[in-house]
Amino acid sequence: MSEEFKIEIVNPEKSFLVKEDVSEVVVPAYEGEMGILKDHISIISFLKPGIIKILSKSGDENYYVEDGIVEFKNNNLSILTSSIFNITDMDKSQIQDLLKQVEQESSKEEISDQSKYLIDQKIEVLKTLN
Amino acid sequence: MASLDDLKKRIASVKSTQKITKAMKMVAAAKLRKAQESAEKGRPYSEKMNNVILNLSSGISDKENAPKLLSGTGNDKVYLCVVMTSDRGLCGGFNSNIIKKAKSYFSKILSEGKELKIITVGSKGNDQLKRMYGDKIIENISFKESKNANYFDADKVGKIVIDKFENSEFDICTIFYNQFKNVITQIPQAQQIIPLNNEDAEENVSEESYEFEPDEDEILSNLLPKNISTQIFKAMLENSASEQGSRMSAMDNATRNAGEMVDKLTIQYNRSRQAAITKELIEIISGAESL
Repeated sequence: MSEEFKIEIVNPEKSFLVKEDVSEVVVPAYEGEMGILKDHISIISFLKPGIIKILSKSGDENYYVEDGIVEFKNNNLSILTSSIFNITDMDKSQIQDLLKQVEQESSKEEISDQSKYLIDQKIEVLKTLN
Repeated sequence: MASLDDLKKRIASVKSTQKITKAMKMVAAAKLRKAQESAEKGRPYSEKMNNVILNLSSGISDKENAPKLLSGTGNDKVYLCVVMTSDRGLCGGFNSNIIKKAKSYFSKILSEGKELKIITVGSKGNDQLKRMYGDKIIENISFKESKNANYFDADKVGKIVIDKFENSEFDICTIFYNQFKNVITQIPQAQQIIPLNNEDAEENVSEESYEFEPDEDEILSNLLPKNISTQIFKAMLENSASEQGSRMSAMDNATRNAGEMVDKLTIQYNRSRQAAITKELIEIISGAESL
């Protein structure tokens, strides 16, 4: 029996990625990293800034996301996100730009605790990529 | 009767207008393909988003405490209308159709004695509405700089709407846009986005139960604002495809009309040229006869 399932990542502009031969996906869910294997229970959760790791036969891929929703049902994993980047496509300067942008946001005074938390997460993840 | 010179000038000017409309048609056709493509590509996102929300909202047992974006404020006194039009003209009935739809809705609301607030997206809508409803327009947003509809812009509009909702400035929000059916037909739509109206989609709800992390309420309250932006983005994509389609058929008509006009003017020109020659001949002959 195959241990593979289907993943689909969509962003508002287009269907970002569709893969049928995924064996494991690790997503940065809201309450901590979550590994998803085949026949996982149906789940809906949302993402915090972090890295999506996709392990598949045709090679592993890593994506940086800032937010999103993940839904798993009948061995279909759908991830909806408005900002996603393939890490291999990101170069140092792009990461630096993002980092600078986020740091600027965090220096603003009138932000809620929740967005502060999210921004700190972003900074942390971006720093590890750097 | 116009002189030969005048007719010649008119023919030349109609011909150059025809060239312009023809070029505009070509440009619109090229842009249409792109806009249509991105409208189609954008669909999975909004569909998936809708599905997730449907699944979530059907799972909520405690309707009383459901997020207000879903269930509404309980009042229906203040209506907010987001009218989405284009920034450029010369696109046939595209803008007027939306405005017509919106205006009939406005007068219905006002006759019921409700309060009305308008946000216009796109400068053409603002131009047409400010004469009659100038005091009702609370915001005018225009994305002249952005070439294509993008999510970033939609998110901006969405944030404005949500901010106003959280400050309880309105109870019900409706967006107006043109749905793209095909090049000739665009259907003006009024879609209620707050509170979310999902009566017509109930049958798609799956029976399966989900595990939620964190709990339903928290996911919903995070998801609903995103859904607003998504719906607005969808409307923007549909709108931009409709705009190009509408412009294309309008310019096609204009080109054809200009062609007909050139034909008519050319006949008139030839007739008066012949008349002038005949007149000259008669003058010569009668001059010779009198000798």
